[in-house]
Amino acid sequence: MSFFLETLITGLFAGLMYALVAIGFVLIYKASGVFNFAQGAMVFLAALAFVTLVEHGFPFWIAFLATAALMVVVAILVEALVLRPLRNRDSLTLFMATLGLSFVIDGTAQFFLGTDVHMLDLGIDDIAEDYAGILISHFDIVASLIVVTLVAVLAIVFSKTRMGVSLRAVADDTLAAQSIGIRLPVIWRIVWSVAGLVALVAGLLWGARQGVQFSLSLITLKALPVLIIGGFSSIPGAIAGGLIVGASEALADIYLGPLVNGSVSTWFAYILAVAFLLIRPAGLFGDRDIERV
Amino acid sequence: MSLLSKTLALATSALIAAATLTSVAQADEATGQQLFPLFSYRTGPYAPSGIPQWAGYRDYFNYINEKGGVNGVKIFVQECETAYTLERAFECYERYKNGYAGAPVAVLFTTSSGFDAAISDKARLDKLPIISVAGGRGDAVDGSVFPYQFPLLFDYWTEASIVIEHIANQAGGYDKLNGLKIATLYHDSGYGRETIQPMAILSEKYGFENIQIAVPHPGEQQQAQWQQIKRAGVDWVFFRAWGVMSPVGLKTAARVGFPADRIIGDIWTGSEEDARPAGAAAKNYLAVSVFPSGTDFEITKELKKNVIDAGKGDLKDVSKFGSVYYNAGLVQAIIYTEILRTGQKKFGNRPLTKEEGQWAAEHLDITAERIAELGATGLLSPLKITPQDHEGDPAAKIVQWDGQKWNAVTDWLKGDRPLFRDAIYARAAAYAKEKGIEPRQAQN
Repeated sequence: MSFFLETLITGLFAGLMYALVAIGFVLIYKASGVFNFAQGAMVFLAALAFVTLVEHGFPFWIAFLATAALMVVVAILVEALVLRPLRNRDSLTLFMATLGLSFVIDGTAQFFLGTDVHMLDLGIDDIAEDYAGILISHFDIVASLIVVTLVAVLAIVFSKTRMGVSLRAVADDTLAAQSIGIRLPVIWRIVWSVAGLVALVAGLLWGARQGVQFSLSLITLKALPVLIIGGFSSIPGAIAGGLIVGASEALADIYLGPLVNGSVSTWFAYILAVAFLLIRPAGLFGDRDIERV
Repeated sequence: MSLLSKTLALATSALIAAATLTSVAQADEATGQQLFPLFSYRTGPYAPSGIPQWAGYRDYFNYINEKGGVNGVKIFVQECETAYTLERAFECYERYKNGYAGAPVAVLFTTSSGFDAAISDKARLDKLPIISVAGGRGDAVDGSVFPYQFPLLFDYWTEASIVIEHIANQAGGYDKLNGLKIATLYHDSGYGRETIQPMAILSEKYGFENIQIAVPHPGEQQQAQWQQIKRAGVDWVFFRAWGVMSPVGLKTAARVGFPADRIIGDIWTGSEEDARPAGAAAKNYLAVSVFPSGTDFEITKELKKNVIDAGKGDLKDVSKFGSVYYNAGLVQAIIYTEILRTGQKKFGNRPLTKEEGQWAAEHLDITAERIAELGATGLLSPLKITPQDHEGDPAAKIVQWDGQKWNAVTDWLKGDRPLFRDAIYARAAAYAKEKGIEPRQAQN
């Protein structure tokens, strides 16, 4: 029983890490209705830029702030060069644009910063400790606290600030928001910047776990079932989706994997996502589209 | 015809003529040279493993070409980026299978075990020899069924037996293996699954408990698998990773408290790029090694003087010179040039065709004396291929990561290859039956 609990709990921790990536998608989807396929590439770019600065002798906080500034610059460039020219196009066009953007970011990051695997030490111990017979890593606990804090900050920003209210207005009805003077380009720049900062946090935590390298880009594929289950437009949904995916794939690998002589976690999350699509197409917390017929 | 029409007609004719002349010139650009299509992956998740290898290849070919080529035949390298994906590798294959710009292709180094398996049938029909150094499908050692495939130098089955040999040596003998728990944690791919069968055979013979655990590509999450290992009380882990799976696995092992000196990595899991990103978690980690790292070999000293220091090297980061992957590329490049020399002895000092390349690969014999002449003593073990045996005499060392570099902790180990002979040849025979291949009577 304790092994089951241990697997479940570590799966939940892993799920929070997935949720961290998924939150970046949700932010952009809420504000613009775009599924930003480049979010994984942004995670990779942020982590690679940060670790390169640290390796060149910059202190942690200088490197962090410089990378955050870089992500803001990326957001401004994306708005000016990709989103603005494609304004009023359908969401599929914008999705394809972000797909292209992911290749551009991946290629540019590797061209300028190299393809090496970098070790990233955040100074957080990643050794498991025994809590009532269950092994839990200190790193997992700290990472979870960071995710919870980040979600709390985002919740406050969205509900209590003028900017947050503007973002919600755009998400609810873009045309109505524009009609009352909310400037869409500014909102896009802000929301892409915030998504860039979330990507930076995700990149640091994932990079500390697996080393900073191109594979960070591929965590997009992990975020997709999380979003389908939780809903594309809900931050609590991303958290719930992450927890469900993390726990279920860990348990499936342990208990289902041996039955099929292989690993199941890659496809299990997608099977789960398809099941949710059939039962609850908008996800657990997603907004249902209601159209007048 | 008006003046304007005449001028346009003349200009068009001139353009067509120029284009034709240019294409003729391009077609003949590499006549007299030997084409080496380099299927590289400088982008994508496996780029860190690839880039130093391609530098090893290119620097050695550069060095050989500067010295006049292989018996006067220069090597014409055409790089084709695959990003380690099958579809791009197939495109590259189609582009170069019949040569390029007047240079024929003699043999093709696939640089990917997955592509090696995927191209198997097509290459047989195209009669293009496929070379996989220390990779590829294990049953292709049977030259009677696989005349065009060469899993040279080393195979994963022998690797499994070398791992067990090392564990037996540590335990105090093969009889002490009985009752031990040995888990294979493998990349869930054709490459990773290749050791399932040999580990089952070894388990049956020596009585250890054989536990097989898969990790899905790319392997960025392994918590559940390592918990399972810890929970089962596993004594040793045979770690068959690739790319990001290696550092993640080592860090996860440390997290659950599994000791690094009880993990033995695969030959593609034992490079600086595998161990360094794992930091302290990788210290004392063991791995099987066919490609020793280091810069003290005669040939690497030559390359340092003539290529690296002369600013003609392919590495952006020269600290990777002499790394495991750099030397892996170098070893493969040496084997390639020796295949050419073998063929040239029979067919003359000229570029070889694929039929001649196939003969040359089947008669490759790199002796210890020849290795010494090449300045590669200690870097490459002797290699003799026959039409029946497309691999040679595999051997590997166990190396250990001290936190900074790899150090050999054993001499060359041979494992127990004869143990697998029947199973390997039975698998090849089954493949022949499935594909309707009539095994040839291979002649020396």
